[in-house]
Order: sequence, then C-alpha cells, then structure tokens
Amino acid sequence: MIHRLRTPSLLSASSLSKEEVEFLFRAAHLFLEAFQRNEIPPLLVGKTISQLFFENSTRTRLAFETAIRKLGGAALTFTPNNSSLAKGESLLDTLKNLEALKPDAFIVRHSASGAALHLSRFTSRPIINAGDGTHEHPSQALLDAFTLEKKWGRFEGKTIVIVGDILHSRVARSNTRLLRTLGAHVIHCGPASLVPPLSSNLGAHEVTHSLDQVLDKADAVLCLRIQRERQNSPVIPSLSEFAHGYGLTAARAQRLKKDAWILHPGPVNRGVEITPEVADGARSLILEQVTHGVAMRMAILSALLNPGGLWRFLNPTSDINPIERTL
Amino acid sequence: MQLENPSQIAGVLIRGARVIDPSQNIDEVLDIWTEGGVIRAIEKSGHISPERVQVQIDAKSLWALPGFIDLHVHLREPGLEYKETIETGTLAAAAGGFTAVACMANTQPVNDNPIVTSYIREKARQFAHSRVHIIGAVTRGLQGKELAEIGGMVREGAVALSDDGMPVMNSLIMRRAMEYAGGFGIPIISHAEDANLVNGGVVNESPLSHQLGLPGNPAAAEEIMVAREIALCRLTRTPIHIAHLSTAVALEHVRRAKQDGLPVTAEASPHHLTLTEEAVRDLDTNTKMAPPLRSEQDVEALRKAVAEGVVDILATDHAPHGTVDKECEFVQAANGILGLQTAAPLTYELVVKGLIPLHRWIESWTIQPAKFLKLNAGNLRVGGPADITLFDPEARWTLNPSEILSKSHNTPFLGWTLHGRATHTLTGGVLAYQLDSPSSSRSNSKKGVNR
Repeated sequence: MIHRLRTPSLLSASSLSKEEVEFLFRAAHLFLEAFQRNEIPPLLVGKTISQLFFENSTRTRLAFETAIRKLGGAALTFTPNNSSLAKGESLLDTLKNLEALKPDAFIVRHSASGAALHLSRFTSRPIINAGDGTHEHPSQALLDAFTLEKKWGRFEGKTIVIVGDILHSRVARSNTRLLRTLGAHVIHCGPASLVPPLSSNLGAHEVTHSLDQVLDKADAVLCLRIQRERQNSPVIPSLSEFAHGYGLTAARAQRLKKDAWILHPGPVNRGVEITPEVADGARSLILEQVTHGVAMRMAILSALLNPGGLWRFLNPTSDINPIERTL
Repeated sequence: MQLENPSQIAGVLIRGARVIDPSQNIDEVLDIWTEGGVIRAIEKSGHISPERVQVQIDAKSLWALPGFIDLHVHLREPGLEYKETIETGTLAAAAGGFTAVACMANTQPVNDNPIVTSYIREKARQFAHSRVHIIGAVTRGLQGKELAEIGGMVREGAVALSDDGMPVMNSLIMRRAMEYAGGFGIPIISHAEDANLVNGGVVNESPLSHQLGLPGNPAAAEEIMVAREIALCRLTRTPIHIAHLSTAVALEHVRRAKQDGLPVTAEASPHHLTLTEEAVRDLDTNTKMAPPLRSEQDVEALRKAVAEGVVDILATDHAPHGTVDKECEFVQAANGILGLQTAAPLTYELVVKGLIPLHRWIESWTIQPAKFLKLNAGNLRVGGPADITLFDPEARWTLNPSEILSKSHNTPFLGWTLHGRATHTLTGGVLAYQLDSPSSSRSNSKKGVNR
C-alpha cells in the first residue's frame, strides 16, 4: 500500500499507477464522509493555492475552490477577463508573476494541449492540470472513476462506453487511460469524424460508430459534450443529426442494462448528447459527480501539499507516520 | 561575386587536402592555390610554388570541398532583427561551411518588391560573411492573392521566388506566377502543404498527435500540394522546386515527375533526415516545424531518396526564432529551427552510417543547388570563384550554446555530439571563417565578401 503520489505535480491521468489511483480513492472516500458531516480536517492551513483558469469553468474551478477552503487553505483565483492577459502578457509571464506572490501550488486550465507540462518546467511548485486543451483533465477522470468505484467497488469485467466528441475531449483521453489502468473495458463511440481510430492507441479496447449496437454491453455510459469551440471546421452536419445518432434518449436508456449508470462531466447540452429526462433520471450520476469532485480534489490537494497530514487523516489510530519519518 | 578590388585579395595555399569535387570526378590529395578571389591552380602536392601567398593552410587531415550552398535560409532582415540579421545569419553560415545562402522572402516588410530586394542586397554587401542570394515572394505580402513585383525583384538580383511558410493555395495564381517567372528564367520554390487540410495542425497526424491532443498535420496535405505543383509544372514547364520534402508518398510523386522529364527538383532538411515525430513527445517547441517531423518510415524513405538523387538538394530551412517565439505553449510556438551550423555534421552522419554515398552528400550541398539557382559555383574549377570549404571528417564536437553564432538559439540539437566539422570557409578567396579563431576571420570577411 502506498502513502503518497510519486510525482510532485498531477499533470496527467495516464501516468498514474493503479496503486496511486486506489490511494486517492481511499482518501476521497474519507473526505466525502467528512464533507457530508462537515468535519473536514484542516490539512491546508496556511497554504495558498493559485488557480489559473484561462478557459471558462464552473464545476472544476468551484470544486477546487471548495476543497481548498474546506481544508483551511486560501484559493487565489485568476481569470483572464480581469487580468493583464488582455494586455498581451504571455502565459509564462503570468505564471512567473503569480509565483512571485509565493503560492504553494498552481491549478491550471488552458486551451493549449501541454500547457500544464510547459509551465511545470518553469516552476518548482506543484502544478495540478485542470484541463489542457484536448489533452488531459486528470482530476475529472479521477472523480468520474471514483463515482463508479463507489457503485461497483471493482472495475474488472465492467464496460464503459464513452460517447460523443472524443477527438476534442481531454475528459475522454484521461478517462480512457485511467479506466484501462483500473481494469475496465472501454468503448469509444461517436461519428467517425469525432472518434480517432483504434490504431490511434488512445487506450480504448473498441471503437464503434453505432451507439445502438453497444448500449446493451454498457455498465456505464459517459456522455460528452460536442465541443464546438475547439472545432475550426465543420466535423458533423448538424447537432440534430448528432443527437439522432448519438443522443442518450429515454428510449436508448431503456435498452441499457438495468443497473447501468450514466455520467456526464458537464456542462450538459440538454437535448443534444442527452435528453433532460435521462440527465435528471434515476440512473444519472451527474450531480453526484459534482459532489465527488470536491472530495477527490481534497484527496489530490492534500496528497500533493500535505502527505504527512493526509496519512494521519487516513490512519488516525496509528502512531507511526511513514511520511513524516521520511520527510 | 563582384569584389570591390579583387586584386587586393591575398593568395591562399591549401596544402595536402583530399580534394573532392563530384561535378568533375575529382577525388585525390592535391594543393589548391587561390588569389584575387579565384582558384589559380589545383595541382599535385608540391607542384605549386606561388610567390605571393600570404596564408598557407596545412590541410593534410582535411577535405577540400566546393563551398556549401544553402538555398533555404531565413535571415530575418529587414524587420525581424531580434531573431537574426544578415550579419549573424551569414556568420553562422560561414561557421557551418557555407559560402553562399539564399534568403527567403518572409521578412517584414515582405520581400515582394524591388525596394526590399535592393535593401537586402545592400545590407549583404556591407555586412555578410557569405554570399547572399535573394529569393523574392511569389505573391504580394505572401497573401496568395496578387503577384508580387517579380520583374522588379529580378532586376535587383532575385534568383528565385517563394512564398515559403505560406503555401500559395489558389492554383490559378500559382499557374500565373509560374508562367510569369518562367519568362524571366527563374524557378519557383514551393512550400508544399495544403493549408486547408493542415487546418492548424502542429505535429504529424498519427497516433502520437491523438495521444498528445495536438492538432495533426496529415501527410496528405503535403502529398496533395506536391502533386499539384507537378501538375502545374507539366502545364507551364517552369522549374519547380519542392522545399523540405517530408513524406514518403510525396517522394514518389517527385520520382515519377522526374521520370517524365519535368523540371522538378526537391530538397530535404537535416532535421527531417535525422529526427522522427517521437522527438515531439516531450513537447519541446524546438521540435516544432512545418512540415512537421514525420514517421520513421518517412524518414527512411527520405534518406533513401537523397541517396538515389530523387531528392537532389540538401537545404537547412534555417529558421531562427527568439525565446518569446519559442518559450510558450506548443500550439502557439513559431515553426522552425536553426540549421546552418549543424547541417553538414548531421547529414555527414548519414554518410558515416552508409546511408548516403559521399559524392551524393557533397553534390547535394554544392553543385546541385548551384545548378538549380544557375550560380557559377558548386565546383572547384581553375579560374572559377575561390569558394572552398575545408572539412574535418574526423572531428567530434558537442553543440554548446557558446558555439552558436546565430542570434537565436532554437535548436533541438544542443548537447548532441556531432560528427565532422568545417574548419575553414574560404569565400571569394577570403577566409570567412576559421575554426578556433573566428574573431580574426570576422574582420577579414567584412571587407572581403560581397555580392
């Protein structure tokens, strides 16, 4: 059993080992209980975490902010519309200036793939990738998997269908790798212009262009939004044609296994990738994902910024703290 | 090259070099005597006893080759002097063994009119450390819409036309440009990529681009454009040169065009011959270029095509960029890397590995680009210009930042151990560069090397 993450930053889900993911699951379980009792241990007291959100975000930013505050830390949130970015300051300059304010870590979201990796080469502080272009969104994948882990316990023998705009989706990339690491079977589904082929080696076990053919195999369906902001040329004829082929409607949901779950990372385009009655239905985990997002971010933040404190939280009755001994 | 007073250029005697000139089938140990900017004699060792030699070079372990010519260089002047100047770019050229470079038109303002052409010519006359041949734009502002002032640029000395970096997407405009350029007897150099299909792609489209979540640039973008350029060459018969060819299928288009007897030539860059797309995995922006680094199969096909002569010419695409252009997100970073000081060693490595015959390596850097640009250069001929590169095939050296003479440092080859190195670059009979004492040769060449 491991007690900490191997790397000082969280840049990708694909680089996490199964042991690391299970360690974060253990922590997230306890944080979720503590969150529900409103008895969060103050593991980030005195820490300032700088949030750099160069792209819009509701859930991710607020979940991180909630996690930081509940853990007793301070969140310093930067968004470009009230900043010097509008005056032409580069991404790297922004980082260097915010670093001069001496934060303990950065949380970064940016439209460029590799942005978090790029910045990590210019700072000694931990960086949490909160979404880089069409590359990765590791904390989202971790909270999605945590949500399923709470339902299933184990991933072996489970099939997850990820449906929609996989080409432009960092959520799909991170989820696929992570679910594969955990032993699940992953199917990518969507129109051929939005789904990279199996040979692209994104980690999917199967690629299909027919949702109807794989509905009965799914233990969970992860719906993705059509990312029109990342498409600089038309890739599908229309949203209604997409909805017709790939929208999760009540009729399609009926054909799922009885105990299959439905996830969506948000924001939801109701009536396109998922209909309102399915999004709000009994199998939908969409709002649970949001709450679990706070618990998982507490796990990530404390694992990176206070591993000794996290160990004490996870092992309250033990006298020996292997983290603090090695520090 | 016009020298202000050729008679003042001192005599140089190169003793005991292995003289290799594929254009004349010369490969033996000889002495070379130059004076007044020209080669006065090439004889067996000891047979020359000139009276007025000021410089003697003991070249027993060196090769004497025709001066290297790089027909694809970005000197960045005017307008982008923070990246490179004619002075610094040609100093890097001389240090790399180049006696002549041809500079691309994507300056600011664009070299699309005779005023800019003459400005570059005059700057080169004053400051260059190598000969500078000038490539004018095909279209005004590289916009692909209207023809540039081609006649005026030719009058001021332009030797070829190219919208390098900005493919001419409209086939009709390209046809008109080729027809018009053909009337002046000058060729067009094509940056052959279908920009619509590239669609913002920054790396080779492949499993790697999908995994990195970076927009891919498919090989098809180059294949299509190379096929179009060949079709337009068939139509207009104006010589077309494909710059920095990078894909296996496009090579086959060129091979076929040559079999058909069309005036089509092609170049490969040292980086496309050395690195595969795998170099991009860590997102070092010094691996970002257009066309992108390709698959291993493409690199192998490209090496074979150079060996066979399907790719006639080697050229660097020397593209200096400042840290503001490169120290940023990968998708934002500028395309291109330095080339002049690493070109000869990186490509000579392929000779050492037995992948390219020695004579093909030499002619690709010398007589082939000279023929394409119709230059009186690229060979070692008595009475011809004294453009000579002395090359040490045994040299082993590491590329450190302190070695870089370019104004920019954007190269993925820092820290690489390189094989072979130019030790002396004689341009118009003047030592434009000499290894170990570059500072003394600088003042030398400033007054001597002019176009």
